[in-house]
Amino acid sequence: MSNKNDGQPVIDKVWNLFSSITFAIVVFSLISLTSIVGTVIEQRVEPEKNIKLLTKFVGESFAPTAYRVLDSLGFMNMYQSWWFIALLLIFAANIVICSLDRLPKIWNMIKEPIKPVPQDVLNAMPIKREILLKTGIDKAKEAVEAELKKIGYKASVSQEPDGIQLYAEKGRYSRLGVYATHLSILLILIGAVVGIFFGFNGFLNLLEGTSSDVAYIGREKEIPLGFQIKCDDFDVQFYGKTDRPKEFSSWLTIIDNGREVVKKQIEVNAPLKYKGITFYQSSYGFWANENALFKFSLVSSDGKREDVMLKFGESFTMPGTNITGKISDFSPALKMDASGKPYTYAEMMHNPAVYITFSENGEFKYRTWILSRYPQSWRIPDGVVEFKDFWGSQYTGLQVRRDPGVWIVYLGSIIMTVGLYASFFMSHARIWVMLKDDKKNTKVSVSASINKNRVSLEEKIEKVIRSLSH
Amino acid sequence: MESSQFFGISSVAYILAMVAYISYLVFKNSTVGIVASTITYVAFVSQTMAFLLRWREFHDLSQMGWIRSIPLTNLYESLVFFVWCLILAYLIIELKYKNRSFGAFITPIAGMALAFIDISGMAKDIQPLVPALQSNWLLVHVIMSFIAYANFSIAFATGIMYLALTSENRTSGIYIFWTVILGIFLAILLAMGIDFLTFKVAVKTPDAFIKSHLFKATFRSDSGFMVMLSYIGAAAFMFILWRFGYIFKKIIASFNVSPDLLDDLTYKNIAIGFPIFTLGGLVFGAIWADQAWGRYWSWDPKETWSLILWFVYAFYLHARLLRGWRGPKIAAVAVIGFFCMIFTYLGVNLLLSGLHAYGSG
Ligand code: HEM
Repeated sequence: MSNKNDGQPVIDKVWNLFSSITFAIVVFSLISLTSIVGTVIEQRVEPEKNIKLLTKFVGESFAPTAYRVLDSLGFMNMYQSWWFIALLLIFAANIVICSLDRLPKIWNMIKEPIKPVPQDVLNAMPIKREILLKTGIDKAKEAVEAELKKIGYKASVSQEPDGIQLYAEKGRYSRLGVYATHLSILLILIGAVVGIFFGFNGFLNLLEGTSSDVAYIGREKEIPLGFQIKCDDFDVQFYGKTDRPKEFSSWLTIIDNGREVVKKQIEVNAPLKYKGITFYQSSYGFWANENALFKFSLVSSDGKREDVMLKFGESFTMPGTNITGKISDFSPALKMDASGKPYTYAEMMHNPAVYITFSENGEFKYRTWILSRYPQSWRIPDGVVEFKDFWGSQYTGLQVRRDPGVWIVYLGSIIMTVGLYASFFMSHARIWVMLKDDKKNTKVSVSASINKNRVSLEEKIEKVIRSLSH
Repeated sequence: MESSQFFGISSVAYILAMVAYISYLVFKNSTVGIVASTITYVAFVSQTMAFLLRWREFHDLSQMGWIRSIPLTNLYESLVFFVWCLILAYLIIELKYKNRSFGAFITPIAGMALAFIDISGMAKDIQPLVPALQSNWLLVHVIMSFIAYANFSIAFATGIMYLALTSENRTSGIYIFWTVILGIFLAILLAMGIDFLTFKVAVKTPDAFIKSHLFKATFRSDSGFMVMLSYIGAAAFMFILWRFGYIFKKIIASFNVSPDLLDDLTYKNIAIGFPIFTLGGLVFGAIWADQAWGRYWSWDPKETWSLILWFVYAFYLHARLLRGWRGPKIAAVAVIGFFCMIFTYLGVNLLLSGLHAYGSG
């Protein structure tokens, strides 16, 4: 090895290094081992957390020093550190060079279809079987052709000086599978890089009824969207009576150049995409404010119905009566304690409730809590107050992303799948059958080779031989 | 009957099958072998029933479509599904190779998973899905990952058998390697059993279990004496395995399992598991994350460990195919791969999150 490499230009040495599988194994190991460190040390968190963590490994007195050393080596944000990125690049170079190094040989093999070969080559094949058929050579040829067809091979025929040769192959292109797999890894890395350099990943909290033409990265950085996005409504559904959200969704409108161009309801797992920017439903929250509107459907005892929208402190009249109701209290998440006293248990709209004071002709009649999630609480002595919504008090948390590289990543994934399938579940098999006249009988010699999964081909050839001998 | 009853039957039956397969390995009585297989079939059918019933129960409860309500949503359900895949793959091998000796190596993995469920007291009830988990991508992702995990587990079993069968004497590195690995595996199982007998409590979450109970009766006991005793015990246990491991080798040899067959099975399982894991584990996982969170890769510990696992098996394939690694060296890689797999699957959720959560809240 060392002798051969002496005196080679540096570039050749580098090429040889990068095309060697030993080097690949070293790179595999390095990426894996450093990644492990990155999963133990929490990434991108306050220093205190990791100092605490390190205390468990090296003790109180050494933890700060250990932290400083690891921090200066980039381990606190290691997947973005220069040396980790460099390792990934070396890995990519490794794959490219190693594939280029071997591709010409494989390519020649793929370009050249199977050909008849002389006897000495046939003798050297890894799989060989022979059988004597008691028929003439032409009959034998037909029989062999038919049998090969049964196992999926379409044979070509060639007249050789010493007999007839049938030959067939399958899966020639599967040899490219490995290269597709390797190329796909490269594509995925390229896609990731494109995403990092030409995309962004931000967020946007939109209160119901408001709109925005920017998204945010961190606290300060604003990213202009180039259009306006408006949250028309937001809604959460819960499992039964629990506070476990079953689904939450936002109704969004895109306004481009003053025109409403898209209206869509998004959910977790069902984002909205417009002009390369995708909005994902990621969270939500409650924000009490005086502009929010209570939406009620009022039904009086004699069945008259009316929809109203009110602000906090305002009053409504039950349709067709003199009974008025005034919103005198609100809780986003109401619960009763053991003694039946109501209290608010969360700053989220888990169980929105309004406290309404009813009067008749200006005289106090009764007051009651009406809960949006519990229709039985809507019933009052003088009809029904359906609590529909408290609109304008919830915000939807959107993840906003542009990633022009994502399709490259997906393309890479598809190629990888096809490539892996070809490299593990397909093989390149070649079969040659030599037919020779032997005193009115025919000597049939089958030779074959395959680049992997030899047993399967042997079994198939065994089947051919068995059928021929009957 | 309810799913939990069928599941109870299958748990007990798998433990019995484990005992039967090991007895079969030791006594080589073919009746015992048939009994072992029969128990395994019963257990498998019963577990399949349990799975289907739970599917229906989940469907009725969650009010979602049939596909969305496949019960594969928490650690408990996934462990059970893992066992199911493993046994299915094993039964296929048993039928195809007409050899029952592998059973003694596969069923303990199943037994360990089921025992872990019980002693960790992880929540078994049906929990409705949070919105992020309501995705068909997630579903194929989980199913395919577990099929691959089952393949990798079998590669581990055949790898250990290979090492046991081919190691020459007690001072050779291979011999020490496999006895120590098997020793660690069994010592952990034993220690979890002792925890179970000592505490017999069900805790709410795996995290809480790790913090308060795992190895608390032994390696992490409050009494320094117990801790010392545990380590000495574990060392003694490994010594015994090391001292008498050759018996094990003789037993395997007496079943006419050739090293070549074991090597081939290890390779085949990895060659099947690797593409399935790549597509199901990495690609579908990324697509799901992309849909749900707007990010296909974020270097969180679970993703990172999946990638490490992927590299380990890529290492296996390349070392074997291109460097011509054969024999013990390559079998050892398969064994190490299995430990990475267990860590990816359980360690990340239990140990890393436990480590990160300690003292912070
Ligand atoms: C994690 C990344 C990689 C993956 C997933 C991968 C995948 C594969 C697969 C599936 C095979 C076929 C194996 C078989 O048929 O058993 C293969 C073969 C091969 N790989 Fe990789 N590979 C990776 C990285 C690399 C690197 C970095 C090199 C560079 C040295 C490399 C060099 C090769 C070569 C030379 C072959 C054999 C090609 C042939 O048969 O002609 N691979 N790879």
